[in-house]
Amino acid sequence: MLDSDDFAAIRLTFELATVTTLLLLLLGTPLAWWLARTRSRWRGPVGAVVALPLVLPPTVLGFYLLITMGPDGPIGHLTQSLGLGLLPFTFPGLVVASFLYSLPFVVQPIQNAFEAMGERPLEMAATLRASPLDAFFTVAIPLAKPGFWTAAILGFAHTVGEFGVVLMMGGNIPGVTRVVSVQIYSRVEAMEYIQAHWLAGGMVFFSFFVLLALQIFRRDRR
Amino acid sequence: MKFRILLIALFFSSPALADPVQVAVAANFTGPVKIIAANFEKETPHQVNLSFGATGKLYAQIRNGAPFEVLLAADAKTPAKLEQEGETVSGSRFTYAIGKLVLWSPKPGTVDDQGKVLEKNDFAHLAVADPKLAPYGAAAVETLTALGLLQTIQPKFVQGENIAQTYQFVASGNAELGLITLSQVMKEGKVTEGSAWIVPAALHQPIRQDAVILNKGKDNAAARAWMDYLKSEQARMVIRSFGYDF
Repeated sequence: MLDSDDFAAIRLTFELATVTTLLLLLLGTPLAWWLARTRSRWRGPVGAVVALPLVLPPTVLGFYLLITMGPDGPIGHLTQSLGLGLLPFTFPGLVVASFLYSLPFVVQPIQNAFEAMGERPLEMAATLRASPLDAFFTVAIPLAKPGFWTAAILGFAHTVGEFGVVLMMGGNIPGVTRVVSVQIYSRVEAMEYIQAHWLAGGMVFFSFFVLLALQIFRRDRR
Repeated sequence: MKFRILLIALFFSSPALADPVQVAVAANFTGPVKIIAANFEKETPHQVNLSFGATGKLYAQIRNGAPFEVLLAADAKTPAKLEQEGETVSGSRFTYAIGKLVLWSPKPGTVDDQGKVLEKNDFAHLAVADPKLAPYGAAAVETLTALGLLQTIQPKFVQGENIAQTYQFVASGNAELGLITLSQVMKEGKVTEGSAWIVPAALHQPIRQDAVILNKGKDNAAARAWMDYLKSEQARMVIRSFGYDF
């Protein structure tokens, strides 16, 4: 059945998904807020960039990350001059890659929630002398809560399901970059179908229940 | 009526005239096989259709009814396995090329011609193909074992899923060194870029690449002609110029 390699991959995958989801909620929220409310002409282009990972094959993202994070790439130059070394083949590198890969899954639900709420609640808050920041935390965020839940669940699940990007820039290092999807791929390629079934079947169950939870959760809100 | 018979006759006879052979080729042999196929079509009345893929995937496709008539694998294990499973024409299997392992860096002067850079150990990453999946990866591990360096260097491994991806890790500069195939960095008989050490064949098991006729190609004369052509001096010259042995 499953050996320590498989469990290490499972643990790593959940660590990666957790760190990535937290970062996405933290940095994706202001971005979603801006996208929902701005009248800037940059709204369209920025929105399109955020949505890019939805349509690009992960291999494109992985390939360009490998090049740009490499010693001759712009991100590689930056991380090296900051004394951080190079990102490919490292856990932080995977976090950066997963962040980009799952960005639309987190930003878009939050943005939709902010848009659906409209101007009125914030105007009301302003008439009650709430500062914009105060209104954001005490009015906007509580009202957009379902959007945040959807964003967190989708961001987490999508990161767990990540494969192509990690394969391209991870280097398949046990405990560092060998996530479950890569481990499944190796098991299948090596014709170790029993372990592959356990891992792959586990992924199907996990994904199903996450999506089911999301459905039930959405119905309850209605 | 006469016309229809003619049409039917034409339809049935055309495969016999052109009879293209469907060849599945391991991706690492893409370069040489394209040249060999072009020469083959010039020098014989036959035609070849080439499909490329990783050997493991080609195996799965063949087992599931893919229309391939000949397999040029990147290893000796897969054709032998297919033979055991009754998927091949018996007696058709032979070694068409022996791969060479090379320690390579895209930077000139990094790799010395004795491979001492491995002992010095002042690099962060060594790219190798996954030893479980790729014959070149297994050969890399055997080599490091023979040199007594496996224990110290293994923590620095970054693994490509196949040898092409392993090359990409090194060529992009993300890994300073890589153990890859000579054919990946050889053009017209020499290593043109970076620095390289051709690993002595004695340090690892020979990386035999075997070809075999599959059941679907049993009655295709072009399949046999293709196998014969692979053994010809013209074909071997091409294979050698890409850094393979026999």
